Amino acid sequence: MSTIIAAAAEVDTGDTAWMLVATALVLLMTPALGLFYAGLVRSKNTLNTFMMCIGAIAVAAVTWALVGYSLAFDGDAKIIGGLGHAFLSGVGFEPREGTTIPHLVFFAFQGTFCIITTALVSGAVVERMRFGPFLIFAALWSVLVYAVMAHWAFGGGWLAAQGTLDFAGGVPVEMGSGFSALAAALVVGARKDYGRQALLPHNAMYVLIGAGLLWFGWFGFNGGSGFTTGDSSVLAFTNTLLTPACTLLTWFVLDLARNRQITAIGAATAIIVGCVGITPAGGFVSPIWAMALGVIVAFPCYAVVAWRPRTRVDETLDVLAAHGVAGLTGIVLIGLFAQKDWNGVADGLFYGDAGQLWSQLVAAVASPVYAFGMTFVLLKVLGALMPLRGSDHQEAIGMDIIHHGEEAYASGEGAILIRADAPSDGAAPVPERV
Amino acid sequence: VKLVIGIVRPDKVNDVLEALYRAEVRGFSLSRVQGHGGELDRVETYRGMRVKMGLSEKARFEIAVSDEFVQPTIDALCDGGQTGEVGDGKIFVVPLERVIRIRSGETDDSAVTPVGS
Repeated sequence: MSTIIAAAAEVDTGDTAWMLVATALVLLMTPALGLFYAGLVRSKNTLNTFMMCIGAIAVAAVTWALVGYSLAFDGDAKIIGGLGHAFLSGVGFEPREGTTIPHLVFFAFQGTFCIITTALVSGAVVERMRFGPFLIFAALWSVLVYAVMAHWAFGGGWLAAQGTLDFAGGVPVEMGSGFSALAAALVVGARKDYGRQALLPHNAMYVLIGAGLLWFGWFGFNGGSGFTTGDSSVLAFTNTLLTPACTLLTWFVLDLARNRQITAIGAATAIIVGCVGITPAGGFVSPIWAMALGVIVAFPCYAVVAWRPRTRVDETLDVLAAHGVAGLTGIVLIGLFAQKDWNGVADGLFYGDAGQLWSQLVAAVASPVYAFGMTFVLLKVLGALMPLRGSDHQEAIGMDIIHHGEEAYASGEGAILIRADAPSDGAAPVPERV
Repeated sequence: VKLVIGIVRPDKVNDVLEALYRAEVRGFSLSRVQGHGGELDRVETYRGMRVKMGLSEKARFEIAVSDEFVQPTIDALCDGGQTGEVGDGKIFVVPLERVIRIRSGETDDSAVTPVGS
């Protein structure tokens, strides 16, 4: 009996129920990221910054359904998947191979990963990149960078084949976004006032609320990456609680040592760093090692956050530090902390398998190189076809008014209603008194 | 003693502050105001509602200076505040009847001269 069940996997209702919830949790992370990012920019760019995340949902969900999912998850070719699932062909109610959930749910869950990753990259170019070119960039990036790296790590590509462990996306999501962000910041260039004026976060409350909601969503992100309600999901879920808490405490100590004060925006950053650190390792390391990971990951990320503003690189919202460096650290630490007693898959160096560390190091070198290189070329080509940013004058007025014709904090004072039948240039008379 | 009032774009405030610092004008007040100076109206859309924004955000500097500092102050405001586009703002210079420093009771020129200069 048991062999028959194993051979023809059926949809498991419990697993499916959890994965439906997990998918919704991960989608929530993108508006949460919008809130986090919007709080970190100046008030005149609030809406534009949030809209880049909303735009990523619109664009990446569509590219994912058309070709992205297929390139990531069709077949196990080394570099890139096939087009067998393009336009969602063959994606239905039958369980996805190797899982007990409907293929459609698997597709949707992975789609929300593509969306948040695309949104993450926007953090490097906020307050200056034009909205139209950003949407085009997002569409191309979600296929050329995300889908390819997702295939390497999740879809049976060469990294997975040579033994790299990546539970929930250290390769495609975290290193993919972080090192792409660095390339994007270099190609698009710094904001006009960068390094000359203090460009401060306009609402620290948004940053904290956004970080809190991201953490909440991350339970679906990591807890769902086992695709079941089984051991690895439970382990990743619990580690998602423990690691960021340890990162927070470590960040507090580092803040105290550096400035004698514990900062709120630093705390929000620490939550992200901790969640990112445990993302690749969630289902592979014991809770105690997950806590150690939370402490360790704070150090390189804190250093990069402190160092980056002294450079001329305006990687505005520190995607490289919070995602690239934290993801890389998590990927490498799997090679030390992984424990077969907990994950049933592989041991790390501390449990006798030095080979696992090597597999992790390969991913830690290849992922940044591909993400950085591909994004650099993509934006260079795009920049040759259209201007990526507006004039200094437009940048001074702010992206909200220039690109969206709205303000985040419109007072309504002095606003005159334009009659519905007025021509669109706004030159028509205002309503007459009656 | 004159009061120089400069209305400038909010995004040029830092440039004006730098220019004032270079001109050694150290005492001033800054407030956020809304106003209209004949520039083109901006149309914004909120769902189905289109509105013409008649008032723009501006920053208002108030700087009380002795007579020989009037021109350097005006130069600094122009220098820092100018973009060349409509909407750069205005400068008003008005005479002041009396100035009193609250701490010491000093009046007029000595009241508007910063301590230590």
